[in-house]
Amino acid sequence: MNEAQGLQIDWAGLAPMIIVFAAAFGGLLVEATVPRARRLPVQVALAVAALAAAFIAVVLNSGKNAAAFAIEGTGLGSVVLDGPGLFLQGTLAILAIVAVLLLAERRTTRGGDFVAEAAVVADSAADRAQQREDGATEIFPLTLFAVGGMMMFVTAGDLLTMFVALEMLSLPLYLLCGLAKRRRLISQEAALKYFLLGAFASAFYVYGMAMLYGFAGTVDLAGINRAGVSSGQPRMFLYLGVAMIAVALLFKAAAVPFHMWTPDVYTGAPTPVTALMAACVKVAAFGGLLRVFNVGLASSAWDWHLILTIIAVATMIGGAIFAVTQRNIKRLLAYSSIANAGYLLVGVIALGDAVGQTMFYLAAYGFTVIAAFAVVSLVRDGDEEATHLARWAGLGKKSPATAVVFTVLMLALAGLPFTSGFTAKFSLFAAALQADELGLVIVGVVSSAILAFPYLKVVVLLWLNEPAPDAPTVNLPSPMAGTVVAAGVAATILLGVAPGPLLDIVDQASVFLNT
Amino acid sequence: MSPEYYLILAAALFTIGAVGVLVRRNSIVVFMCVELMLNAGNLTLVTFARTTGTIDGQVMAFFVMAVAAAEVVVGLAIIMAIYRSRRTASVDDANLLKA
Repeated sequence: MNEAQGLQIDWAGLAPMIIVFAAAFGGLLVEATVPRARRLPVQVALAVAALAAAFIAVVLNSGKNAAAFAIEGTGLGSVVLDGPGLFLQGTLAILAIVAVLLLAERRTTRGGDFVAEAAVVADSAADRAQQREDGATEIFPLTLFAVGGMMMFVTAGDLLTMFVALEMLSLPLYLLCGLAKRRRLISQEAALKYFLLGAFASAFYVYGMAMLYGFAGTVDLAGINRAGVSSGQPRMFLYLGVAMIAVALLFKAAAVPFHMWTPDVYTGAPTPVTALMAACVKVAAFGGLLRVFNVGLASSAWDWHLILTIIAVATMIGGAIFAVTQRNIKRLLAYSSIANAGYLLVGVIALGDAVGQTMFYLAAYGFTVIAAFAVVSLVRDGDEEATHLARWAGLGKKSPATAVVFTVLMLALAGLPFTSGFTAKFSLFAAALQADELGLVIVGVVSSAILAFPYLKVVVLLWLNEPAPDAPTVNLPSPMAGTVVAAGVAATILLGVAPGPLLDIVDQASVFLNT
Repeated sequence: MSPEYYLILAAALFTIGAVGVLVRRNSIVVFMCVELMLNAGNLTLVTFARTTGTIDGQVMAFFVMAVAAAEVVVGLAIIMAIYRSRRTASVDDANLLKA
């Protein structure tokens, strides 16, 4: 195709993704050319600069409502820049900057959380020798590739682009999960589990895409929406296609019953990678779900409404109940992320009425959870993280500052007033009520009440219990992790006390381009 | 030949692959079953390209093949890393994360 045949490319609109991918390739060249000792500052500077530039490019694009990459007269286009797409791209860029700073942390444990040579056999003599070395810096290009994939995922206008973006964000994450320096066997196991189940889910995606293509004769989301009313093909193709695409997307979003990987992978992966997954992948997955259901499947809402409602209820209740029984802080946060996926699904089911509020929830939750995992990475037993909850007892007496920060984050996740958790939940459920989803809102409120219990239990543990004699040490954060915690807490309180400006932005950015 | 046969064949391949992922224990075999499912998707895409009279389905099959190749690279790297430390590729032996 060339210009004569009507290929429309808006280079400025594609700029955020081009910048991030170019920086990722640049990072690979840095690995090959810069001496080992100087790679870390170069890679971090490159990654942060690229993400900041991408954010500025997104801001410059704001207000656009058109395809950025399309062949004239064939529907919506491959990359669509509209309000939700641009807002989520911006959110992803900011959250990724915070996550990159956490990835770059090298002070809390010597050399950082990442292995120097992933190819060295775990637990061998060579592996013990390399524990003292600095971690590999390949993690930064890998992260940039994943973030670029996420930015493409939330703006994909057809199912094929969405599939390529889905793989582009998943493949680097599979690798990142397996790169922990300590407990390497567990980390590799998490990577294997995530990879096999992720590949299984993408096979469902491909088959679902094929079914919708057979039904609609196109994979363009707007075309599928039109075919929902007018196609002469058997309706069964539509049902199968919707079901399988939903399985793949709900897997990424960690909804019950496609959540089994979440606690294991969150526990096994290096904590900075877990933070990246909990914040950014959540944003991307729900960005994709919102777009597919709002743009592509709105006309067939009656066909999927009931089953998605059942999944949302199972996710909200299941995640909250399992969270109550957890004794490991990373598993607790994993199950809480499952329950939060349930609340976000309510926003997806409510369709157009709740798009803005769902996006606000994603941004608020992302900042809180990234800071929570940053604190988890600071509380250590010797070289390892003290993830067992009993070890956190009495932290308030030993390290009050850390305990205060973690208390604020826990209260935000529990949804108490004056934190972003409250404003996000309140506005999301209010929007769902407008969309006549009373039943889901009731289940959501009940689930939030159950979920508040484990968080408050942690707060009680921090302040009212006596510390053990061999209580874990809290490593004072270096500028990197300190910035992450500060940014997360600041966003959590700011969005709780003064949510107005961001709510106005999401309100203006809540309409998908759908023709 | 009527296109339905191809759709039925693809559905059968997809089912065999899905069942294989769930019951087989060797991670390489599990991964091969995933590839079988992807190829069932490809066959469906190409069949629908014929029934709908558009060329998109054939193009998409190429995309899926390229992406599947990338997935193989990452997947085999992970499986190799595990095999080198544990001398086994069975998914049952990878059980350190059972809480």
